[in-house]
Amino acid sequence: MSNIDKATVAKIARLSRIRIEDDKLDLLAGELNNILGWVEQLNEVNTDNIEPMSSVVDAKLRWRADEVTDGNKAESVLKNAPNSEYGFFAVPKVIE
Amino acid sequence: MTDLTTLKISEARDMLTNGDISARELAEAHIAAVEAADGLNAFVVKTPEVALRQADAADERIKAGDAKGMTGIPVGIKDLFATKGIHTQACSHILDGFKPEYESTVTQNLWDDGAVMLGKLNMDEFAMGSSNETSYYGPVKNPWRAKGSNADYVPGGSSGGSVTSVSGYMAMGATASDTGGSIRQPASFTGTVGFKPTYGRCSRYGMVAFASSLDQAGTVTRSVRDGAIMMESIAGFDPKDSTSVDMAVPNFEAALTGDIRGLRVGIPQEYHLADMPAEIEALWHQGMEWLKAAGAVIVDINLPHTKYALPTYYIVAPAEASSNLSRYDGVRFGLRDTGNGGGLDDMYDATRAAGFGEEVKRRIMIGTYVLSAGYYDAYYLKAQRVRRLIADDFKRAFEDVDVILTPTAPSAAFAFGEKSDDPLAMYLNDVFTVPASLAGLPGSSVPAGLDANGLPLGLQVLGKPWDEVTVFKVSAVLEEAANITAKPDLWWR
Repeated sequence: MSNIDKATVAKIARLSRIRIEDDKLDLLAGELNNILGWVEQLNEVNTDNIEPMSSVVDAKLRWRADEVTDGNKAESVLKNAPNSEYGFFAVPKVIE
Repeated sequence: MTDLTTLKISEARDMLTNGDISARELAEAHIAAVEAADGLNAFVVKTPEVALRQADAADERIKAGDAKGMTGIPVGIKDLFATKGIHTQACSHILDGFKPEYESTVTQNLWDDGAVMLGKLNMDEFAMGSSNETSYYGPVKNPWRAKGSNADYVPGGSSGGSVTSVSGYMAMGATASDTGGSIRQPASFTGTVGFKPTYGRCSRYGMVAFASSLDQAGTVTRSVRDGAIMMESIAGFDPKDSTSVDMAVPNFEAALTGDIRGLRVGIPQEYHLADMPAEIEALWHQGMEWLKAAGAVIVDINLPHTKYALPTYYIVAPAEASSNLSRYDGVRFGLRDTGNGGGLDDMYDATRAAGFGEEVKRRIMIGTYVLSAGYYDAYYLKAQRVRRLIADDFKRAFEDVDVILTPTAPSAAFAFGEKSDDPLAMYLNDVFTVPASLAGLPGSSVPAGLDANGLPLGLQVLGKPWDEVTVFKVSAVLEEAANITAKPDLWWR
């Protein structure tokens, strides 16, 4: 049985890079426990020797010649950036 | 003069070809209908200038004798299809201001065929929802109301804007997307025809990703024939999508022969839910009778893992979503919130906290949890194994039958707020649509009846992989037998 406590919610939020206020942790723990408790009925199913299915189409990726087919679009790439400078995405300072 | 907005695509196509109407007249009538329906909130962006420009080009093309099925047809585009230079935000706050520098293949196919864009359609945020109540742009109202009542109902979701625009006579057709039922369930709630093709039939290039192994584009229209015409336009192989399958697109409209004699129709016994409203069970039986009368053979089948489809979906889809949505980091596009502290991590955390709605956050966190160290095998791999068993159930059933008939949804449209506080109750809406999504099968929802309050109900037809032709054929027989003449009464105009 899943038992997600406040600390676990805080850890998942951190891994998800979503800031969650402390007073919301209990509520979320309850919701996540509900959902995960419900999905645990899958444990009733015998899946011995069953291969996991990651795609409904045969996962054989097509090959193509290794050549440049696109590019020189720096302006397009930066067009939607919240902040860009000198042809780069600009972010808050990382290294002092 | 008839109201041009009530025409079907097939009728408008013939009138355009015969010169009875112009694409510009058709576009103008629909632009006015969109304007008059602001109260329904189906459109998040209107593009009348684009529509008129495309309509004029369509008129030229028709004059030159170069018209296709969709030439001059006004359509709405779900907000998760990238449209170059035009608002594309999957109705999320985190994509604020995003105007793609490229066009999705599905919409490009429509423009190449001469279709006319009315605007971008409302949807649940990132297609996560079954009522269109999670949109950052507010809920959409169902054009249908219960008999003798002025209460508003949800249109279903996630393609709530798509179905409302078509059901409410704003657009002749709309693009939509289906991950676990997001085309079929809202089509059932609004008396429209929803069509989801086989996974891999339409390109996902330029579609905002939710769960990549499940997402598939499709259509919403007011008739099965219209669905066939529009599907033929948007479908096709695309080298830009690695899961697009290189297979010729059949002439779907030519499949509508009405001849289903000898066809075997499977009735999955596991879909008889104990708590299902009697009128839905009755409609399902009526559907069987209609197909039998047309010469089909009704066969009971078993899909033993049906009850595990929803819990499987609610591991697989959030897991893929948590990965797909990691791209929204405030760096390259959309919203940026620098947060307190001013560091890079603060920016990520604050941007995602401010930009995602509650349901999206919930699913990202579930996905992150089931993919995290220590839980990956127990949840994610387990779900992928059960997914195979579900797909194998269908494979086995289709050795004996040609199509499967089920109700589309376990209820008619419900009231606003009725399920939005209870995620599990909301998820149960997709109980009949999710299994086929997990197996990648083509399916439709066809308006088949009304409930006691006069709200629409749909039946679902599921087919073998790549056999959309038979799904269309059977859907058209159901549509004709049901012969629904009720319409929403245009109370918003």
